[in-house]
Amino acid sequence: MAGIVGYGAYAPRYRIKVEEIAKVWGTDAESYKRGLRLEEKSVPGLDQDVITMSVEAARNALKRARIDPKKIGAVYIGSESHPYAVKPSGTVVGEAIGATPDVHCADFEFACKAGTEGMFVALGLIEAGKMEYALAIGADTSQGAPSDALEYSTAAGAAAFIFGTKDVIAEVTHTFSYMTDTPDFWRREYMHYPRHAGRFTGAPAYFKHIKGAAKAIMEISGKKPEDFAHVVFHQPNGKFPTTVGKQLGFKPQQLETGLLCPRLGNTYSGSSPMGLTAVLDVAKPGEEILMVSYGSGAGSDAFIYRITEKITEVQGLAPKTTDYLDRNKVYIDYGTYAKLRKKIRMGE
Amino acid sequence: MSTSARYWREIPQRYRLEAGKCSGCGAIWFPPRLVCKECGKREFEVVNLPDRGKVQTFTVIRVPPSEFCDQAPYALGVIELENGVLLQCQIADCSPDELSVGMPVRIEFRKIKEEGEAGIICYGYKAVPVRE
Repeated sequence: MAGIVGYGAYAPRYRIKVEEIAKVWGTDAESYKRGLRLEEKSVPGLDQDVITMSVEAARNALKRARIDPKKIGAVYIGSESHPYAVKPSGTVVGEAIGATPDVHCADFEFACKAGTEGMFVALGLIEAGKMEYALAIGADTSQGAPSDALEYSTAAGAAAFIFGTKDVIAEVTHTFSYMTDTPDFWRREYMHYPRHAGRFTGAPAYFKHIKGAAKAIMEISGKKPEDFAHVVFHQPNGKFPTTVGKQLGFKPQQLETGLLCPRLGNTYSGSSPMGLTAVLDVAKPGEEILMVSYGSGAGSDAFIYRITEKITEVQGLAPKTTDYLDRNKVYIDYGTYAKLRKKIRMGE
Repeated sequence: MSTSARYWREIPQRYRLEAGKCSGCGAIWFPPRLVCKECGKREFEVVNLPDRGKVQTFTVIRVPPSEFCDQAPYALGVIELENGVLLQCQIADCSPDELSVGMPVRIEFRKIKEEGEAGIICYGYKAVPVRE
C-alpha cells in the first residue's frame, strides 16, 4: 500500500512572544494567550524563505527515506509565500536535493491547505503507479499585517513527506476532501498582507470544512474518534483545533502531540503537516492517525495513516520536530522582528 | 555576463556542494578543478561534500557591500568539513561574539543575496553553529 516513506520538518530559530507584539500595539497579551492559546511564534531569519526551509525539511525527509533522490519523480511545494511571483520554488528545491532533471515540479497555492494539496496529488501519482517516489512539502513564511490579530500567530516553518510503496512507515488508508466557495480569508494580487473576515473565519469556514471532511472520512473508513492514537487539525491558533476536536468527540490527549501552534504559531501551509511530523516522531507501529487540514477559500483534506513496523527504524535518522521547536531558539524584540520581516520602509 | 548566468553555472556547487575527486590521487577539490593540483590528472569523480564540520578561522564583517548591509555585523569563516576539505562561507544564525575556532557547524541551505527588489534571488550554503 502507498504511504509515507520519509518525513522531515524545519523551523527557524527566532521567536517572538505574544507579550512583545501586544506591547507595541497596546493590546492585552493575556486575551491572546488565554483566548487563542498562543504563547510565541517562529520568525524567519533574513536569509530564510519558503525555498530554504523546504530544502532543509526535504533533506531531513531524505535522511529518513534513505533513497536515491534521483528516484523522486515529483517535487510539489504548497505555500502562500513562494519567494517569486513567477518562477517556481519546486525547481530550486529539486535541484538542491539532487532530484533534477527527470522530475515533475509544481507549486501549489490554496491558503493554508496548499501543503496537504501537494501531499494529496503526490499520493495519487504513487497509487497510480506513475513514479517510484513523490515529494510533497508544505511551507510558509506567513504574512500578517502589523497590529492585525493575525500578527500574533503568523509563523515560519516547513514539513516534507516522501511518498512511495516500498518500506512505507505510514500507510495512507483513506483520504477525503471537502470544498466550498467561502470568502473567509484572501490576498489579492500585489497586496502585501492578507485580509480576513474576522469571526466569519470560524463557524462557516474552519469548523464547517474540518468537520465536513473529518465526519466523512470516519464514515467511509468505519472509524470512530477513539480508534485514533493521534489527531492533527489545521492550527490557525491553539483554540480552534481544540474546540473542533471536542466537537468531533476527540479527547485532548489525542490532539496534544500534534498541536504545535501555541509555541510555534501558524505556519499556514506547514501547519497541519508539521503537526503530523511531530506525531510521526513518536508514533508506534499499528497506531492510526487522523489528519485534517484547512485552507481558506475554502476546503479541507483529510488523511488516515496507519503506522507500520518500519517507523522505529527512521524516527532517529533526522532532527525531531520538537528539536526545532524547543532547542536553540532565541527571542527577539519587535524592532528586530520588524527588520527580519521587512516591515521597515528603507531609503533608496 | 549577467549575474543570473554566472549564478546558474555555479548551482551544483552552491546547492549540492559538488566537488571533484581526482581519479589519480583521490584529492578532493572544491570548487572542482580541470587539472589536479597534486598529480596533474584531468579525470574527476563528482562527490558531495559532508554537511558537518568545524570553524577553522573566521573574520567579522562590519562594513559590508551594499547587498549585505542589513545583516552586518556578520561572520565569514573557513570551515573544515568532516573529510578535511576547506569551505569558505558566511556563518549564519549567530552573533559574531558567540563564535570560536573549533566550534562545530552544520551546512544549511540559505538565501545569499537578492539582486535588488526585482532581480533574482541567489541561494547557496552557509554554516550554522551546532548547539546541541
